[in-house]
Amino acid sequence: MSDQTDALLREKDIIFKRIERRQKDRLVVIVYDSAAGAQVDSLMAENFPNLEGETLPVTGGYIEKHYRLSEQEAVNIADFAVRQALETMRNRVDEFGVSEPTLQRQSDNRILIQLPGIKDPERAISLIGKTARLEFKMVAETVNVAEAQKGNLPPGTQLLFERNTSSNGVVTETPIVVYSKTSLTGDLLEDANVRIDTRYNEPYVSIDFNSVGGKRFEQLTAANVGKRMAIVLDDSVYSAPVIRERISGGSAQISGSFTSQEATDLAIVLRAGSLPAPVRILENRTVGPSLGHDSISKGIKSVIVGGLLVVSAMIIYYSLSGLVAVIALSLNVLFIGAMLSLFGATLTLPGIAGIVLTVGMAVDANVLIFERIREELRLGKAPKVAVDLGYSKAFMTIIDANLTTLLAALVLFQFGTGPVKGFAVTLSIGIVASLFTAIFVSRVVFDFFLNRRQVRRLSI
Amino acid sequence: MQLIKPDTNFDFVGKRTIALVISLVLLAVGIISLISKGGPDYGIDFAGGTLVQVRFTDTTNASDIKKALDGLEIGSMVVQQFGDDENEFMIRMEKTSAELKGLSIEVQETLATTYGADKVDVRRTEMVGPQVGSDLRMKGIKAIVYAMLGILVYISWRFEFRFAVGAIVALIHDVAITIGVFSLFGKEIDLPIIAAFLAIIGYSLNDTIIVYDRIRENLGRYNKESFSFIVNRSINDTLSRTMLTSGTTLLVVLALFVLGGGVIHNFAFAMLIGVLIGTYSSIFVASPILIYWEQRKLKKS
Repeated sequence: MSDQTDALLREKDIIFKRIERRQKDRLVVIVYDSAAGAQVDSLMAENFPNLEGETLPVTGGYIEKHYRLSEQEAVNIADFAVRQALETMRNRVDEFGVSEPTLQRQSDNRILIQLPGIKDPERAISLIGKTARLEFKMVAETVNVAEAQKGNLPPGTQLLFERNTSSNGVVTETPIVVYSKTSLTGDLLEDANVRIDTRYNEPYVSIDFNSVGGKRFEQLTAANVGKRMAIVLDDSVYSAPVIRERISGGSAQISGSFTSQEATDLAIVLRAGSLPAPVRILENRTVGPSLGHDSISKGIKSVIVGGLLVVSAMIIYYSLSGLVAVIALSLNVLFIGAMLSLFGATLTLPGIAGIVLTVGMAVDANVLIFERIREELRLGKAPKVAVDLGYSKAFMTIIDANLTTLLAALVLFQFGTGPVKGFAVTLSIGIVASLFTAIFVSRVVFDFFLNRRQVRRLSI
Repeated sequence: MQLIKPDTNFDFVGKRTIALVISLVLLAVGIISLISKGGPDYGIDFAGGTLVQVRFTDTTNASDIKKALDGLEIGSMVVQQFGDDENEFMIRMEKTSAELKGLSIEVQETLATTYGADKVDVRRTEMVGPQVGSDLRMKGIKAIVYAMLGILVYISWRFEFRFAVGAIVALIHDVAITIGVFSLFGKEIDLPIIAAFLAIIGYSLNDTIIVYDRIRENLGRYNKESFSFIVNRSINDTLSRTMLTSGTTLLVVLALFVLGGGVIHNFAFAMLIGVLIGTYSSIFVASPILIYWEQRKLKKS
């Protein structure tokens, strides 16, 4: 931005003292008189319509012109940056090859990524999170590096480090001073691939610019023959070769003692594009394959054991009618399984816990109905009448009890995150399924038997 | 089979003063424990931090692991044995790192160099930044509060306002006692535990509603009897169902507690306490509150 303004002002021959960035969000142009100030204003309005301008009172013969983004514009840009980051990360994950990835934008500036089944989470994190901002900057040869390290940097330059790994694995960092102005960026890349340097048998990444980038690269190299150009990735210098001649054809190479995996990953991130801003890891959860397998199998085992216990309790307590409840219960579990696979939800531990709880509570509706039927039978009603009354009297109770629990589950889904959400999903599905199976399915079974023959005694 | 005979008539309502004392004692114990420990023990989900669960092939112990990690300058750290395997440990650190190469990876690498790469199996790592931690905590509290508000509205609509108050008091009672028990046993509150609290709320509510539903019905049937008689009758009417449903739910939760393994152990523990307390509260807390409410109304008029 500051570079662009600089170029613009020079192009129009406007006289100015200097351009600087202040307080992160301000661009300040200092001019000598109000005529130049007006020119700057109109130029800025023309080229950056989303900037708000402000002129400070004249002090010491200078006029300071402040420009910054309006709040709404800043929000828009931040929003766009997150969307772009999400898109870039999606590209990178696709290139990485994960079977069922999920990438979601969470609250305003957070992105949630889930990668089931990956073997090397560490690599995935560095691959997805790398900013991968590729810049080409000219080396400021005239600046004394030792002075620069003490903090005496001439304006318009910056101190970076070149990382080198020697053959015995020792990493050294060489300070290098470059001009802050970026000559060319990785935005203009078309492709990036890993190649092997036949001389040293070392991998490097070859990059191809698109037509605009290729042209600019050619101009840049032509204008700077004999000088060094630093290839900078995320503020660290990979190499700073001397430009021997004008390079046409629009391709370049990044070397820097890579391992072949590092080179592969670098090619992937360059191909997928850079992130608009650096990311910070706020939350990271990794479940190793051994634990994932263990806990799921244990969870399923406890569901089966718990289910069997409930089944035997029901049959012991309600004999044949208990069996009807068991049929309803089995259908219920089947239903939850079917719904989960329909929604494409992965079965997690809290999800299993939700199922276990549903199994425990699902029989409740049937228990309520059966208790009512028993009461009616005690009053001397015939089996068919007792069943009818039992179902109709228990109905509202069941609805009230289940709706309130469902209410809690839905709130849980709305406000919960991660595991809590999974639990809420299975619980909600379970409640709806149990309403259906306990009230409707078990009723159908009863009616089937009661209508076919004259039942004198109900096994309940 | 019948556990509760149809003519059963326990005097639950008469025992309500004793029940009140029991509830107050349980609450007091929990509160004292919470105060002495300076609040609930939050897991990394809410406090922020880094957690690494490791299984070693060779025999080792917590202090050896601590020694191995000394060089990392992690700051405060807790290492404890975890789950069924003797050589499985949980390392919990307060520090977090927003860098791409996280703290857990450094821990993993350090352990691999000390113990040998093939002897260390990192089973789980979790990192929650402090910002996310407080966000999650707010969300958890919000979830519980909104759930209760929704319930209050629903019950006021379906029953009467006093029923809603009774149900909510019972719910707060249940969750408060469960939090107290957690503090007493030194167990951490993390995200799955919040899920357990909500499940407890759902369960206890279910139980309470069923008793209330019977009270509503019996109010029409025995219009000559006193209110406390009706409440007691209703509790006895539904006792058979209460016992059976609590029993079956307890069976599955117990299965989860015993067989579910380390990660789900605390969740099952919370559920176990919650189901017991929830059953107790719908008989001895939610229903007596209606009677107290009624008595106050009578005195006023």
